[in-house]
Amino acid sequence: MTPNTTPDKLTPAPAPDTETRVKRRTRFQDIVRQLKKNKSAMFGLGMMAIIVILCVGAPLFAPHGPYDSDLDRGLKPGFWSDEMIPGYILGTDYLGRDILTRILYGGRVTLSVGFVALGFAVTMGIIMGTSSGYFGGMVDNVVMRVVDILFAYPALLLALVVAGTLGRGIDKAMLAIGIVYTPQMARVMRGAVLTIKEMEYIEAEHAIGSSTWRIILRHVLPNSMAPIIVYSTLMLATAILDAAALGFLGVGAQAPSPEWGLALSISRKYLVAGAWWAATFPGIAILISVISLNLLGDGLRDALDPRLKGGAKL
Amino acid sequence: MKEYILKRLAMLVVVLLGVSIITFVLVRAAPGDPAIHLAGEHASAAVIEKIREKYHLNDPIYIQYLIWIKMALQGDLGRSIESHEMVATEIIERLPTTLELSLVAIIIASILGVIAGVLSAVRQYSAVDYSVMFGALFGVSMPVFWLGLMMLFIFGVKLDLMPIGGRLTAGVYLERITGLYVLDSILTLNGEAFLDTIKHLILPSVALATIPMATIARMTRSSMLEVLRQDYIRTERAKGLSERVVVYKHAIKNALIPIVTVIGMNIGLLMGGAVLTETIFTLPGLGKYIADAILAYDYPVVQGFTLFFATAFVVINLITDLIYVYIDPRIRYR
Repeated sequence: MTPNTTPDKLTPAPAPDTETRVKRRTRFQDIVRQLKKNKSAMFGLGMMAIIVILCVGAPLFAPHGPYDSDLDRGLKPGFWSDEMIPGYILGTDYLGRDILTRILYGGRVTLSVGFVALGFAVTMGIIMGTSSGYFGGMVDNVVMRVVDILFAYPALLLALVVAGTLGRGIDKAMLAIGIVYTPQMARVMRGAVLTIKEMEYIEAEHAIGSSTWRIILRHVLPNSMAPIIVYSTLMLATAILDAAALGFLGVGAQAPSPEWGLALSISRKYLVAGAWWAATFPGIAILISVISLNLLGDGLRDALDPRLKGGAKL
Repeated sequence: MKEYILKRLAMLVVVLLGVSIITFVLVRAAPGDPAIHLAGEHASAAVIEKIREKYHLNDPIYIQYLIWIKMALQGDLGRSIESHEMVATEIIERLPTTLELSLVAIIIASILGVIAGVLSAVRQYSAVDYSVMFGALFGVSMPVFWLGLMMLFIFGVKLDLMPIGGRLTAGVYLERITGLYVLDSILTLNGEAFLDTIKHLILPSVALATIPMATIARMTRSSMLEVLRQDYIRTERAKGLSERVVVYKHAIKNALIPIVTVIGMNIGLLMGGAVLTETIFTLPGLGKYIADAILAYDYPVVQGFTLFFATAFVVINLITDLIYVYIDPRIRYR
């Protein structure tokens, strides 16, 4: 049992390295090829890319400023009506701000809450799931009980309570949604690790004396990428829905933020007066983003991991 | 089976213990001094000290937790800062509204979801299949609060067909027995109240049913497709049974098993959706209760409600799992 501090000259030490590198690249190309064949997934990806570009580049594309208000042009309809003010195609909200502009700027807020929350959940989920699945025993028991406990709360309710007690604002909303999605990711990751752990190449790594870190970083993680990518995409869709829902309920973004859920919530007062556009368009923006991500997620699932096809969405 | 149930019950205790600790710590971690919250901004130091004494806020945190959990086990979840009512009483008062809404929604979602899913599986790759799957994609992607508002605007404001909120029109009398108005109006043979209740229920329950309906339709389709490929189905077709008997008598039974879990999984979604739906349609249920409490920083309500709700949710999940094991003997639970 001599530790492998110096690689044995007889064994071609660099071989596994080059091999995995080559394999990983072809695997990636394989994924891209599979995905390109899936029209609806490509459509979703394209839509999402356009949405992200439009929102990130809001200062370039938006015809007005997000906070340019003028009560004289409050609640004016858009292109479908003769009363439209030129330059305000989707109409104005109750403060006379351009709705199209605010949707572009609002997307920055809503989407970043979704992305950051997801990033948190994926990172935490990978750490929890990997340690749980790889080490097993006591670690597994503790981590999985924590996951069970977090699962005991309905998702949106937990996010609402966490965001509400921490205070308000998008940072709290990000953390709250991130916490809520962590257990799902941890379970997915644990399942993937449990399968990979039993593979022969892992046994081989053990046999040549690789360190645990090396095995996890070089083999377990790359090989569990498929379910992580699939679930991340599908979870991002619901994370965006929840981000908007928290904004709508008043615990996420705060006025005068153009966040989609918040904008919708404020504008709903004017529905009764017939000014439907102020509440309608932010909702459509949410719907289109979520549909795009779901299309992409479903396509990825079919392409990357046929075993997950048709399975229950966690 | 007995062993499995015992094991699950033991796990339930662990989870509930964790839930109670997290709920307690979460609310305690909230910014601000609870004593000042209870006493009000401008209370004198003496009053604040008195409140601290009264609510054991000077004791170590684990003692406070034990006192809280002991009271909770006796059914005392504390008092609301806003209304000064007992939280437990308020929960019981508001429960029927949410229960009625969720039950109607899950019934709508299950029936329509299963029908759509079966139709689309039986005619895979047909126009029916594509439209069901397209509709389901919209359904799972739908922001419930937006859909609710749009329905409210179209049917309540523009067409003026439906009431825009509440459970009953003012002036319609209904004797309260169970608190489930549909049931109460049937029990008291009150036709006017029955129709009025139904009218008030349609928009919110359809809005709430959308996402579960879509997930149930998707799940039914894939589960049905899988069953239809099984050998015993092929055997039945080979021995000349009509397609109708094969699909609706034999395949559907097995295809519906996973649906039970999906319906169970959707209960959590429904609860989240209820918060949004009740807020939009101003229904005096639990969802609106917790949303209002959080906005008003009413911590006793948040704490008591969360504990109650998580407990209920865990128990419902356990029941769904047990039903699942019961109806599908193939599952060898571990």
